[in-house]
Amino acid sequence: MTDEKKPKKEIKPTKNPMPAQDPMERARNFNEVALGYSEATVIDEAKRCLQCKKEPCRQGCPVEVEIPSFIKLVAEGDFAGAIARIKNKNALPAVCGRVCPQEAQCEKYCTLGKKYEPVGIGRIERFCADWELAHGVKTPEVAPATGKKVAIVGSGPAGLTCAADLAKKGHKVTVFEALHVAGGVLMYGIPEFRLPKAVVQAEVQNLRNLGVEIDVNSVVGKFTTVDELMEDGGFDAVFIGTGAGLPYFMNIPGENSCGVYSANEFLTRTNLMKAYKFPDCDTPIKLGRKVAVLGGGNVAMDAARTALRLGAEESWIVYRRSHEELPARKEEAEHAEEEGVKFALLTSPVEIISNEDGWVTGMKCIKYELGEPDASGRRRPVAIEGSEYLMEVDTVVVAIGQGPNPLVPRTTKGLELTKKGNIVADPETGATSKPGVFAGGDVVTGAATVILAMGAGRTAANSIHEYLSNK
Amino acid sequence: MYKILEKEVFSPIIKQFVIEAPKVAKSCKAGQFIILRINEEGERIPLTIADYDREKGTITIVFQEVGKSTTQLGQMEAGDTIKDFVGPLGEPSHIEKFDGPVVVVGGGVGVAPVHPIARSLKEAGNHVIGIIGARNGDLLFWEGKMREACSELLVTTDDGSYVRKGFVTDVLKEVIEKHGKENIPLVLAIGPQPMMRAVSNLTKEYDLKTIVSLNALMVDGTGMCGCCRVSVGGTTKFVCVDGPEFDAHAVDWLELGRRGGIFRQEEQQAMEHHQCKCGSGCGGAK
Ligand SMILES: Cc1cc2nc3c(=O)[nH]c(=O)nc-3n(C[C@H](O)[C@H](O)[C@H](O)COP(=O)(O)OP(=O)(O)OC[C@H]3O[C@@H](n4cnc5c(N)ncnc54)[C@H](O)[C@@H]3O)c2cc1C
Ligand SMILES: Cc1cc2nc3c(=O)[nH]c(=O)nc-3n(C[C@H](O)[C@H](O)[C@H](O)COP(=O)(O)OP(=O)(O)OC[C@H]3O[C@@H](n4cnc5c(N)ncnc54)[C@H](O)[C@@H]3O)c2cc1C
Ligand code: SF4
Ligand code: SF4
Ligand code: FES
Ligand SMILES: [Mg+2]
Repeated sequence: MTDEKKPKKEIKPTKNPMPAQDPMERARNFNEVALGYSEATVIDEAKRCLQCKKEPCRQGCPVEVEIPSFIKLVAEGDFAGAIARIKNKNALPAVCGRVCPQEAQCEKYCTLGKKYEPVGIGRIERFCADWELAHGVKTPEVAPATGKKVAIVGSGPAGLTCAADLAKKGHKVTVFEALHVAGGVLMYGIPEFRLPKAVVQAEVQNLRNLGVEIDVNSVVGKFTTVDELMEDGGFDAVFIGTGAGLPYFMNIPGENSCGVYSANEFLTRTNLMKAYKFPDCDTPIKLGRKVAVLGGGNVAMDAARTALRLGAEESWIVYRRSHEELPARKEEAEHAEEEGVKFALLTSPVEIISNEDGWVTGMKCIKYELGEPDASGRRRPVAIEGSEYLMEVDTVVVAIGQGPNPLVPRTTKGLELTKKGNIVADPETGATSKPGVFAGGDVVTGAATVILAMGAGRTAANSIHEYLSNK
Repeated sequence: MYKILEKEVFSPIIKQFVIEAPKVAKSCKAGQFIILRINEEGERIPLTIADYDREKGTITIVFQEVGKSTTQLGQMEAGDTIKDFVGPLGEPSHIEKFDGPVVVVGGGVGVAPVHPIARSLKEAGNHVIGIIGARNGDLLFWEGKMREACSELLVTTDDGSYVRKGFVTDVLKEVIEKHGKENIPLVLAIGPQPMMRAVSNLTKEYDLKTIVSLNALMVDGTGMCGCCRVSVGGTTKFVCVDGPEFDAHAVDWLELGRRGGIFRQEEQQAMEHHQCKCGSGCGGAK
């Protein structure tokens, strides 16, 4: 049956809007911005789906979630069935439903999107995951013990996914995490108002229920090395998912002044250490009246929105290119704007100025214009000569990117690295140059997305399983 | 959870814990540190590994109560547990057999972190001259342990209430004059920032290689946040992963001092909040 022959169904042209906190109110609190669909709304949204035979939406999802079939179950009100279907492919749906860049992935390829707004796939996915969390998560079946031991280094989405898959296959899995909680960027980077930490910890608990041991406070490369894990620790294979946690700075004068943070420090103090609850929580954070965030990606948006919530009077994004080239998700930039974040575009600082006590008082900035397109196809920003001016700010957050942390690469013998220090791993298998050692996520690709890191964790789990079966 | 096995009180504000942490004890080396978090609301505070017992799986820390977290820590007793304890962090001290006597200086609570380094240097076959000092005799601790760890030990107090009067730099100057600057291959100093800076200024005059252990503000201690950055010889270093030990003469002390004071107001506020939590004069123990 072709789509045309179906009884003509009236299609709602727009997505059911996501209920959200009022922008002005939410800009001052840390509660989640997007409130989630109700049962009635999610069924209504699911009914917008055309159930296309070719499943174009699925091809846009890096882990190929069975989108049409889970949406069909939602439309029928079978939420338990739907979440089971989602989990066949996606180990962290409550997270992905919230933070996946859907407009560039599943929803981008949705048939409806050609004429109208695409189906709100992420929103429906989120609903199902939240529904399950509220109704009690069923622990999946675990295969009989194989007697093989696998070490996972890093508990971000890559490590968590790899651990879950291997545990289900009956292997004994231990996750080593440097920080005091598991979750990686999901815990220390992405703010509470976008991804509540309770949601992440619920997913981590599911992993524990599968029998995975999670050793927090364990920095591999320090208390032990990858080589020692394999030689003395009795581990048959190791997966490295240590992420891209090393903050880059601009290397301009004045960057070590008081009042200059890396985005990692700024967000870690706030999210992981809960500085927004100071002094009930002990970790302090200090903010001036006017905050400038350098960079235009998701991390920069998160920092700028966090600054408002911490009480900044003004929060500015300072970015070298124009609005069109902002690397952040459109939705994130819009949310930021709605909340009152301001944009200084085609602008970049050349020096950070401080007073006699070493505190930031301003930035010497230079204006840019867009020139010819560069290798990435984006028009290259060119500095305008003589356009320097002083921007008065008292706090600066540097959010221009992160590289891989060298602790593990530096202490692991025979691990091939790229020039930037990323681990070289076969994209098809996750195998590194070192036998028995696999890697995936941001430490391989550079800063990317949650779903890609998960996909890499899953790929590696399959190869590790194969490797162990043949060993 | 990490259990406090023993507590010793050296002075009303300087205390020692022996903590059960086998993973750290197994692999730590002189010069490294740990980060601990007292409880779920706690901040991550770095403390140097002052001693360790690989067999018993224990780590010794000695700390001075200077603010909220260290005061709260000092109120804990043997048998209590600490929520998080991670290490060893930082690069170990560079230990080798040097040509000539090595001088190791510990000021105030800095005597504790300097101890394992002195011991390792001596074990490597060096003649180790130890200099330790405190404001007064009551604040001095570990004299016996240091005597064992060093080949010879010189003790001083700022006010002369014990052994002799003078700063550690006064004693250091005498040692340099006595042995001759060209015969001393290395000075290593740990203590409060003004003391390390004073040592650095002194040895710079003699052009004497000097290593200090920097106590920058830290959060994660793994190179992830950049909070601990400091300029050394004109380039930015992360104290937690590139250090904590650096060439004293290359450190930008002014910047280090300023960055160390970023949260002074908040630290005061935290202390006040801590002390008055229950209003019963419990000192915040509840
Ligand atoms: C602020 C921010 C916002 C973001 N927003 C989005 C978004 O909206 N959508 C999206 O899809 N992506 C987003 N991302 C990107 C996404 O979070 C990452 O791509 C993803 O988390 C990478 O996963 P990972 O498992 O590779 O590494 P990470 O999540 O970085 O986890 C690595 C873990 O390894 C640990 N580790 C590191 N070294 C060691 C060691 N030596 N020993 C033990 N443990 C170690 C780290 O502590 C960390 O917990 C964002 C990133 C940031 C920073
Ligand atoms: C590598 C390293 C090793 C250290 N070893 C020892 C030790 O062996 N014994 C000891 O008594 N102290 C040591 N310190 C200092 C100790 O960490 C601080 O005294 C402690 O964190 C203060 O916490 P507080 O809440 O009690 O005081 P606060 O009132 O919060 O702070 C008092 C002062 O301590 C410093 N400080 C505060 N927070 C931190 C932090 N997160 N990281 C680093 N410094 C901070 C600041 O300079 C601050 O002005 C070390 C510091 C570092 C970086
Ligand atoms: S995992 Fe992400 S990309 Fe895949 S269907 Fe869910 S929201 Fe879309
Ligand atoms: S492409 Fe869109 S309409 Fe078609 S099945 Fe997928 S979600 Fe439904
Ligand atoms: S403490 Fe975070 S990088 Fe050093
Ligand atoms: Mg404190």
